[in-house]
Amino acid sequence: MNKEKWIKKIQDFAHSPLWVLTQKEITDHIKSFRFNILMGIILLTCVGSLYTALSTIRDVASNIESNQQLFLYLKVFTITDEGGTLPSFVTFVSFLGPLLGISLGFDAVNSERNKNTLLRVMSQPIPRDYIILAKFLGAISVIASFIFSLGFLVIGIGIVSMGIPPTFEEFIRIMTYLVMIIVYIGFWLALSILFSIRFKQAATSALAGISIWLFFSIFYGILVNLIVNTSVPDQLFQQAASVQQQSQELLTTLMRFSPNYLFTEITTILLTPSFRTLGPISMEQVAGTIPAPLELAQSLTIIWPQVIGILSAAVICFAISYFIFLFQEIRS
Amino acid sequence: MTETIIELTNVSKQYKETTAVKQLDLAINRGEIFGLLGPNGAGKSTTIYMMLGLTEPTKGEVHVCGVQATNYPIEVKRKVGFLPDDVGFYEDLTGLENLKLTAKLNGLSSVEAEERANELLSQVRLEEAKDKKVGKYSRGMRQRLGLADILMKDPEVVIMDEPTLGIDPKGINELLHLIKSLSVENGLTVLLSSHQLHQVQQICDRVGIFVKGELLAQGDIEKLQTELLKDHTYVYRVKVNNADSQLIEKLSMEANIEQIEEEDGFYLVRLKNEDQGELAQFMNANQYQLLSLERVSYGLDDIYQRYFQGGESIE
Repeated sequence: MNKEKWIKKIQDFAHSPLWVLTQKEITDHIKSFRFNILMGIILLTCVGSLYTALSTIRDVASNIESNQQLFLYLKVFTITDEGGTLPSFVTFVSFLGPLLGISLGFDAVNSERNKNTLLRVMSQPIPRDYIILAKFLGAISVIASFIFSLGFLVIGIGIVSMGIPPTFEEFIRIMTYLVMIIVYIGFWLALSILFSIRFKQAATSALAGISIWLFFSIFYGILVNLIVNTSVPDQLFQQAASVQQQSQELLTTLMRFSPNYLFTEITTILLTPSFRTLGPISMEQVAGTIPAPLELAQSLTIIWPQVIGILSAAVICFAISYFIFLFQEIRS
Repeated sequence: MTETIIELTNVSKQYKETTAVKQLDLAINRGEIFGLLGPNGAGKSTTIYMMLGLTEPTKGEVHVCGVQATNYPIEVKRKVGFLPDDVGFYEDLTGLENLKLTAKLNGLSSVEAEERANELLSQVRLEEAKDKKVGKYSRGMRQRLGLADILMKDPEVVIMDEPTLGIDPKGINELLHLIKSLSVENGLTVLLSSHQLHQVQQICDRVGIFVKGELLAQGDIEKLQTELLKDHTYVYRVKVNNADSQLIEKLSMEANIEQIEEEDGFYLVRLKNEDQGELAQFMNANQYQLLSLERVSYGLDDIYQRYFQGGESIE
C-alpha cells in the first residue's frame, strides 16, 4: 500500500510541469558550451592540483607521528607542493565554484524574456514560480552531479595511487564537504538568478554577479582590514593583549558577512580535523587540552552557524527572486 | 444559442502614468472570429494579456470560459491558446521538440505528445521541416508552428496578437485561411488583434475598433460601416474662387447647414439633409464663383486611416 503510494507520487512528479521544465534545463546545461567549458576548466585545475598533492603526499605522510590519525585523503584536498606552483584543490574549488554558479544562472530569466520564450511558457497552464524553481533545480542538479563526480574522482585516483582506502570518517567528511560546496555554489546560483530577473540584459546581470564575487573574494578582506586598523585608536596600545583580541574579534565578525569567508571556515574545519575552533581563544581555554583531532560531530557543531549563514543567504536571494518575478510585468 | 465565452466588464488598466485600457466592456461569443482592430499602442495587447491573467486589471473583471481570469489564470490557460506577436521558440530545439515541450507542460504523455505534434505539424504543413531547428525557420514558418503550438493543448479559445505581423502577403493569406478553417473544423473561438484591416476583415465575423484604450465601435463589418458613416454622410467639399470672410457667416444662416469648416482653401460643409442643389444656388445668389462642389464620402478605409493616425474624432 505504502509502496504503491510512493510509486504513484513519483509518477505524478515525473509528469508534473515542474519536472518537465527542470528536465529541459538540465538538458540545456549539459548541451551548452558554457557549462562544458567551465567543467573543463575546473576539471583540469583540480586534476592538476591533485597531481601535485599526490606527488607530495608521501612526504606529508612520513612527517606525521605514528600515534596520530592520518587523514591522508583530507590532506589530498588541502595540500600543495613545496614550491606552491599550483594552489590546492580546496582553493580552486572555492575560487571557481562561485563562477560556476554565476555562469549557470546569470541569463536564466532575462534571455528567455528577450527571446520571448518566457511568454510562451507562461501562457501554458503552469504556476509562474515553477519557471524559476525549475531554473534553480535544473542548474543545481547539474552542479551537484558534477561536484560529486569530482569528489569521487579524487577518491578514486587516491585509491589507485596510494593503495589505501579512505577510512569511514574520511569518507563522510569528504561527502559533507562536497555537500557544502553544492550549498555554497547554490548561494551564488540563487544570487545570479536574482540578477537575471532584475536586469533585462544578460551582460549586466553577469557583470553584477562577477563584481560581487570579486568584491568578496578580493576587496572585502582589504576593506575589513582597513576598518579594523582604523578602529584601533592608538598604535601604542596595539601590544596590549585585550586590544589585540578585540580587534581580532572585530575582524572575524566583519569577515563573517562574506559568504567566501564562511565557506573557508567550513572547509578548514571539515578537512582539517585538528582545527578545534574558529575564533580567537584565550590561553586559559587552551590550557589542558589534548592536541587531538576533533570528532566529526564536533566539527559539524562548529561549522553549523556558517552553514546556516550561507543557506539563509541563498534562501533570501531566492525569496527576493520569487517576489520580484511574481509581481513583474511580463512585457518589457 | 450564442454563448458568451469571453466577457470583460468595466475593465480598466492603469500603468504608472498612462491609462492603457479605459472601462472596457466586451463580450465574445463561442465559435466566432473576433478581430480587435486598432493602431499600435491602443491597448490591444494589454487587453489580451488581461484575458490570459498575465496582467492584472486595475479595475473590472475578466471572465474567460466562465473562469475569472485574474485570480485563476492557470484554469484559463488550460483552455486558451495564446499566440503572441513574436512567438518565442527554443531555437536550438527542432519544431517537433518545441511542440512536445508544450504538450508535456499541458500534461500529455510523451507518446500522446508525439502523436499530436505530428498530426498538427501536417495540418500546418510543416511536416517536412519538423526535424529542423527552429532557428532556421522563416518567419512565416514560425508563425505556422506557433499556430500548431497553441493547438497542442486542444483549446476552446485561441487568442492571437498581431498574427500577420511581418509575413509576406501570400503568407498572410495562407495563415488567415488556416485560422479560418481550423476555427470552423474545431469549433474554436478566435480572437485576433491587428492593425491591418484588409487582412483581417476577410475572416472576421465581428470586429471591434480599439483606439486609445477605448472600444469605439463593434459589430460585423457592414454594421460597423453604417454605424461609423452615418454622421458623416452629408459632408460637401466646396471650392469658391472669390471667397471672403462673409461667406461662412452668410452660409451658416441657411436652414440646412449644420457646420462649416475651412480647410486648405476648401470649405467643408455639413448638411442636415442631403443637398438638393441649394448649395450651388446659394453660391450663385451671393455672387460667389463656385469652382467645385463634391460630396465627401468616407470609405471604411478613410475611417480606419483617421482613427489609426490617432485622431480622436472624424471631422
